[in-house]
Amino acid sequence: MKLRKILAVVLALAMVFAFAACTKSDNGGKEDASGEANSNTAALSFANEGTIKIGSIGPLTGDAAQYGNAVKLGAELAVKEINAAGGINGYEVEFRMEDDVNDAEKSVTAYGTLKDWGMQMLMGTVTSTPCKAVSTEAEADNMFLLTPSGSSVDCIQPDVAFRVCFSDPNQGIVAANYIVDNALATKVAVIFNSSDTYSTGIKDTFVAEAATKGLEVVAQEAFTNDNATDFSAQITNIKASGAELVFMPIYYTPASLIMKQAKDAGFAPTYLGSDGIDGILGMDNIDTSLVEGLMYLTPFLESSTDEVTARFVTGFKSTYPDQTQYLNQFAADAYDAIYAIKAAAEKGNVTADMEISAVGDAMKAAMVEISVDGVTGSGITWSAEGEPTKTPRVAKIVNGKTEAA
Amino acid sequence: MDRKNNSPLEKKSSSLRPTTKKNLITYAMVIFFFVLFQTLSATGNLKHAHKALLVPVCTSIIMAISLNLVVGVLGELSLGHAGFMCIGAFCGSFFSVLMKDVITTTWIRLTLAFIVAAVAAAVAGILIGIPVLRLKGDYLAIVTLAFGEIIKTVVNTLYIGKDANGFHIAMSTANLGLEPDGKIILNGPQGISGTPKNSTFVIGFILVMITLFIVTNLMDSRTGRAIMSIRDNRIAAESVGIDITKYKLLVFTISAAIAGCAGVLYSHNLSSLTATTNNFGYNMSIMILVYVVLGGLGNIRGSIIAATVLYALPELLRGLKDYRMLIYAIILIVMMIVNNGSYFVQLRERLSIKLKSGKNKKEVA
Repeated sequence: MKLRKILAVVLALAMVFAFAACTKSDNGGKEDASGEANSNTAALSFANEGTIKIGSIGPLTGDAAQYGNAVKLGAELAVKEINAAGGINGYEVEFRMEDDVNDAEKSVTAYGTLKDWGMQMLMGTVTSTPCKAVSTEAEADNMFLLTPSGSSVDCIQPDVAFRVCFSDPNQGIVAANYIVDNALATKVAVIFNSSDTYSTGIKDTFVAEAATKGLEVVAQEAFTNDNATDFSAQITNIKASGAELVFMPIYYTPASLIMKQAKDAGFAPTYLGSDGIDGILGMDNIDTSLVEGLMYLTPFLESSTDEVTARFVTGFKSTYPDQTQYLNQFAADAYDAIYAIKAAAEKGNVTADMEISAVGDAMKAAMVEISVDGVTGSGITWSAEGEPTKTPRVAKIVNGKTEAA
Repeated sequence: MDRKNNSPLEKKSSSLRPTTKKNLITYAMVIFFFVLFQTLSATGNLKHAHKALLVPVCTSIIMAISLNLVVGVLGELSLGHAGFMCIGAFCGSFFSVLMKDVITTTWIRLTLAFIVAAVAAAVAGILIGIPVLRLKGDYLAIVTLAFGEIIKTVVNTLYIGKDANGFHIAMSTANLGLEPDGKIILNGPQGISGTPKNSTFVIGFILVMITLFIVTNLMDSRTGRAIMSIRDNRIAAESVGIDITKYKLLVFTISAAIAGCAGVLYSHNLSSLTATTNNFGYNMSIMILVYVVLGGLGNIRGSIIAATVLYALPELLRGLKDYRMLIYAIILIVMMIVNNGSYFVQLRERLSIKLKSGKNKKEVA
């Protein structure tokens, strides 16, 4: 009996190490590459001694891991490029990202871990709820915070917090305006996820903005994470309401199901989605005829031909050939965030030996003065409230490919 | 330290009874670690990452102790404990956000928030307990699991705002009908934001001590013995006239009230409060159950140690990067085997007999 148990433990441990070894060898290429990058950076000369430390927090494991990992890759790419070009103000840039599993409490402890490491500014956090909690901590330390993708209003309440993406209300307003400006429809329906902050946030402002623009919202149908597979009831209601356009401020998985089930029910309205729809073409076994004509807001279009996007896309593909599934708006937001930090740090003369609070003051003042030509928009500027000003892009799926609409 | 002398048990006999001694060791252990970490923190020797763990660890300890009361002492499996924490967290935060400008003295507001949350969670405990406690075993487990999910879902669909006309409650912001000066306090799935960050390690420690005091004294009292007799043999207990439903309800209510307080501690440590599977759903309920099972059913000191170790472990393993959660799972499995495997239990017993020469033999639940 006891022998068997000891054997079980030993085997379990053996398995762990085997797994570890496997992943190691999988990562081997990557690790070597980063090792090379390090030796490269050692070979690179920086004008000044010391490093500027940028921390980041996001979900690297768990349900929202794809967002965190995309941000990590996007940011690391930007850091690599910046270091190759001589760093920020002649200092080498160090970047470290910690996992928070999309949990506010874990995010705050990760913030502590990064502070121990010597973080001078924070590029994060990736998701909204943890971002609200961490921004309170950042406010107390006067730590500069730039979230790539925290879209909820409260994320950037402190003076010292800024964001790269559009806020939720902003997306709702933009969507309503887009429908009115392009005369897409007069009667619209909204289908949203009531258990999701992002979805409800956009829905609320969309409905409010639609009312002021004379757009008639004929149906507001909700679903939750727990019943996100059968939409027949909602589709029946929307069909009966006579809506010409369905606005979907949701993620792509439920969106694809809704479109499939609507088609089966013989209902074919125009669809407009929020940026959560981005990635729908990357789904396994997606029927491209189903999503033909689907429009969605997106900050990043891979097919854009401007110089910055082209550089980002080719850089990403050559640096991470195995991980192109992460080449999305989150990676783009993070890439822009690092370049915005660079621009602001240069404007504010941030040095490697500056205290957190001093960095915060310098960056806060510099952020409102800079203009960044990024992947998610050209000539992005920031207001003192921390909101970016940039034109939203609308993508449309034509012949199974995304195009600018 | 005066808290120790409050124990009614000590007055009964001049030499300490084994249970009293056991409890005193637990109190001493908690106090020792409090003083240790408080000193480290005050002298600036504690890392930021570890400082951020202090309050959440206190929350986990309180949750583990209160669930141990139901699972270990009463012997009923409850899988919805995080639901009570959720009620406490939301009621406490709601109260604090509302009263932030009215009551400016932090400790008065926080004490009131604790009371509000404890009462709300206790009422929920009674309401759920009345129908649910007629069930036992697996059925009770299933119903409590469902209950925990219901609370989470209800919180996620409720919108509560306040304006000059008073409170407005609705299922969507559109139906709220707030005046322009109104403020939404509970914003559906976006939860409550702007809770003042009032939880400190000292408050967490005081709450752990109060919880310990309530639970250990309850266990050693006449009521406690009645509760344990229900666990050990329900029919025998009933035959000697013990009112099963009454005692079950009592335990359930006390446990819920304590969990509600833990919720306040949790919500006042973060500025944003939302109900998700990870913090108030079944994931959390199961996690608390793991603390209790690992620490030993009915073993309060064990719960404290298990909650501390298991909460802190993933954070302390951050250095392992991608392997962190893998190693965590392995450590958990190994700990479970070492803690409860028959071979290791025998080994441990032999050791403790050798050490204490047969005195105060460790009880295996």
